[in-house]
Amino acid sequence: MPTRAAAERIGTFLAVLGVLWGAWEGWRWIGSHYHLTWPFAVNDTTMPHLHRIIQALFQPAQANGPSLLHVLLNASAFTAKEAVLGFVLGGIGGFAIAVVLMQSRFLERGIIPYVVASQTIPLLAIAPMVIVGLESKFGGTLSAWECVSVLAAYLTFFPVTINALRGLQSADPRAVELMRSYAASRWRILWKLQAPASLPYLFSAFRIAAPLAIVGAIISEPSASIQGGLGGAIVNFNQYYSIEPQELWATNVISALLGIAFFLVIVFAERAIVRRAPEQLA
Amino acid sequence: MSDTPVVELKAVSKQFRGGTVALQGIDLTVEPREFVSLIGPSGCGKSTLLRVIGDLIPPTEGSASVNGKTAGRARRDRDYGIVFQQAVLYDWRTVGKNIELPLEMLNWDRKRRKARVAEMLDLVELGGFEGHHPWQLSGGMQQRVAIARALSFEPALLLMDEPFGALDEMTRERLNSELLRIWAETGSTVVFVTHSIPEAVFLSTRVVVMSARPGRIAEVIDIDLPQPRTSAMREDARFFELVTRVREALIRGGVEV
Repeated sequence: MPTRAAAERIGTFLAVLGVLWGAWEGWRWIGSHYHLTWPFAVNDTTMPHLHRIIQALFQPAQANGPSLLHVLLNASAFTAKEAVLGFVLGGIGGFAIAVVLMQSRFLERGIIPYVVASQTIPLLAIAPMVIVGLESKFGGTLSAWECVSVLAAYLTFFPVTINALRGLQSADPRAVELMRSYAASRWRILWKLQAPASLPYLFSAFRIAAPLAIVGAIISEPSASIQGGLGGAIVNFNQYYSIEPQELWATNVISALLGIAFFLVIVFAERAIVRRAPEQLA
Repeated sequence: MSDTPVVELKAVSKQFRGGTVALQGIDLTVEPREFVSLIGPSGCGKSTLLRVIGDLIPPTEGSASVNGKTAGRARRDRDYGIVFQQAVLYDWRTVGKNIELPLEMLNWDRKRRKARVAEMLDLVELGGFEGHHPWQLSGGMQQRVAIARALSFEPALLLMDEPFGALDEMTRERLNSELLRIWAETGSTVVFVTHSIPEAVFLSTRVVVMSARPGRIAEVIDIDLPQPRTSAMREDARFFELVTRVREALIRGGVEV
């Protein structure tokens, strides 16, 4: 049911979009009119008209081929598949690591530095190890896109582990005593108390992890020689950037929209799942 | 009926890491159907003593037994229910589901759980609130839910750690009377921590006065007000005499009242 609040939101969104559009075209006009060269020269290559980027979506990407939009939607679907699996793997793996780490202060102190260190290694450096190690082409058991999912999971598990650990430890100590008074097993304390208490923290992590899963998938696709996804499209249009910049820009717009879509799925899932006092609602 | 004491503490001492002596040489026996209050200044170890009885923390020396078993055995047998100063309800569960929690731990089937929840809601006069979430209730109502949850599996012993300490005076007096009614109806034994002298006198069959750190039992005072207690007794001459006796015992124990 469209409400006043919903209408206001849509209005705000359109107003901000309008301002951003105006800023882009305004800067473009000033830059080309006064021949600005700092911080960069403004021309059709560095800042294509926004309407040209939109137009590019509806023109064939190759002569007599389907429209760019069609190509990019297919690529998005492929990348989304990788990202969803990566997100699920990273989410489950990240949560499982947190559950293990919360069992003892010693484990937490001992392992957390390695968890942090894992994120200082660029995905590009991990990619060949995962692909050569796991892909069927090299004697492993996974297909190329599944390897990409594993790499996406490598990015997504981190915020999940950090927040889940905090969330699991956020349960009221008296609530833990209460569970002990019921002679609840450690496993039951985890499922009935600590896991539900961690949900708000977990969803904060998911909001970060969902777009990360897409970034991870896009970055990893070239390493896995996948051309059918958004990563492949970006590499492809990179090569033509100086001639047809609007195609790469259009690809970026679609990638961003996919990331936003993932983010929104998490936001709506959170609203449906997490029950908490109104004053604690974000 | 057996006359095994419900709680039996023998020479219980508790020293925390860092050296603080919270309890020293506590001997205490609580008989079935008694209502015993522990009263004393902040930091006298009364909450610690309650946790020792509940096997939530181990004593450094001495022994604690409940229903003739070790405190640990009794906890695993779910011999007691506990209520804290804060209701400690789970926000993500409805009132009904909160009361059901211990029954889930006991692996009761759904139908039996639902029936008991309805009974408990009647007992604490919260009929109709089953589907509400905790944050929709007042502090006093939340505490009644906590009491219903603690009593839902019919433990022989109810441990209460300043359960009405965070409530306003009016609500507190109302809940005092309600607790006595529940105590009479369920036939349970209660160990009750408080720092309100009138509350201790009004509720208890015995008041255990504790001295400041290290926590020791300074005096035990029998409360001979007739049962059942009524609010009118709060204005009785005998009530005031007993309040004065408890106050003087606290002062002798080293408290400035």
